[in-house]
Amino acid sequence: MENNYYDAADLKKFGSIVNFQKQLGEKFFDYYGEVFKDSELTAREKSLIALAVAHAVQCPYCIDAYSSDAFEKGWSEGQMMEAVHVACAIRGGASLVHGVQMMNKVKEIAM
Amino acid sequence: MKSLLAEHNILSNTSEQIEILEHRESEDFKLIPFQQKLEESNLYPLTPQSLEVFQVNMGKMCNQVCKHCHVDAGPDRKEIMTEETMLQCLEVLKLNPFLKTVDLTGGAPEMNPRFRWFVEEIKKLNRHVIVRCNLTIIRANKKYYDLPQFYKLHNVEVVSSLPFYTQDRTDRQRGDGVFEDSIKSLQMLNDVGYGQSDTNLILNLVYNPAGAFLPPAQDALEKEYKEALMNKFQISFNQLFAITNLPISRFLDYLLQTHNYEKYMEKLVMAYNPVAAANVMCRNTISVGWDGYLYDCDFNQMLDLKLACSSTHLSQFNIKNIINRNIKIGQHCYGCTAGAGSSCGGAVA
Repeated sequence: MENNYYDAADLKKFGSIVNFQKQLGEKFFDYYGEVFKDSELTAREKSLIALAVAHAVQCPYCIDAYSSDAFEKGWSEGQMMEAVHVACAIRGGASLVHGVQMMNKVKEIAM
Repeated sequence: MKSLLAEHNILSNTSEQIEILEHRESEDFKLIPFQQKLEESNLYPLTPQSLEVFQVNMGKMCNQVCKHCHVDAGPDRKEIMTEETMLQCLEVLKLNPFLKTVDLTGGAPEMNPRFRWFVEEIKKLNRHVIVRCNLTIIRANKKYYDLPQFYKLHNVEVVSSLPFYTQDRTDRQRGDGVFEDSIKSLQMLNDVGYGQSDTNLILNLVYNPAGAFLPPAQDALEKEYKEALMNKFQISFNQLFAITNLPISRFLDYLLQTHNYEKYMEKLVMAYNPVAAANVMCRNTISVGWDGYLYDCDFNQMLDLKLACSSTHLSQFNIKNIINRNIKIGQHCYGCTAGAGSSCGGAVA
């Protein structure tokens, strides 16, 4: 194994997590498969959500997988980048909204 | 853009392609042989089931030069079927009435000067005719403007490639301006009744991925195509066929040039589906080359893998030999068995 925390080849080995804990692993993959099926949201819409979340959680495996999956499902580069901006806006907004807390505190203590 | 042949690309030699497909491996890249997969699915040797489709490649000449083309077709390709070979096709059809469908492909089959005569002669034999029309040919020259009326007159089923319902992806694969011309041609076909619910004039579209990835689910994609084409261009059609790009010729060249070959092949192998393997099109099809040689499918034709029996040419057509042969397979066959499968009629599983 190379001296890296992340290895792109590990993505293909995701399924092997059941080797250490079969029952929970299988339940997860069953659930995962069910989540991404066409339902009230289409599999295509879910793929774009997954792409945005992948960027929010900054998972390189998920970004690899859902960049391919979303493009395969017909989303354009522009649409995919807008989804990433949504993740970015929410992440950025989550920091910035705490500015209100900061302002409240400063107002509390300032003369 | 020129054909691989005109560019003297090494891949214009089919044995070079086969060498890559069958023998290219490294420490990190080793594929399970397709034969082994078929054996595991109890499908080896792969044999014909019921021959119904007589697919005729009328030549490599085309008005387009698509990046993914497994035929390596284009305006610089001059190989087209002669009337003599067409007469041999007609003779085979007369003697073998179970070949109910004649599927005309190319290149652009319409560019063959004897195309219309050939269609008329096939229709006299009461066969269903499919034409794989690239759409832009209808707009390429005045002499083709009446093709929709010609197709209608002979009740020809039209199957046309439209890689996506947006201009960007279509033009990237098929060349600048192709999307716009394709839309106009589809509107011309709609105008004479093709793809309309109140006629029996069939217009099917073909999706194939514009890059190194697999097609999504055919049904869902068909719904998107129908909505997008109707809302934006008031175009209707019957069915969408989702076809996987096979690693042959120009698409193989693209995969190698972009360093996507290994990943793409791994993707195909991982997506192997035994149900799709049982329904591959080579089991009910005979493919005829522009020069009259016989193949299991259009892909084997482009790799120059002739039938594994003594009937390798129309002049030797013997149905017993052909039915009792084994179908030639190779690593490229993973393209027809991935996911929901892929054939000239789209998904098979």
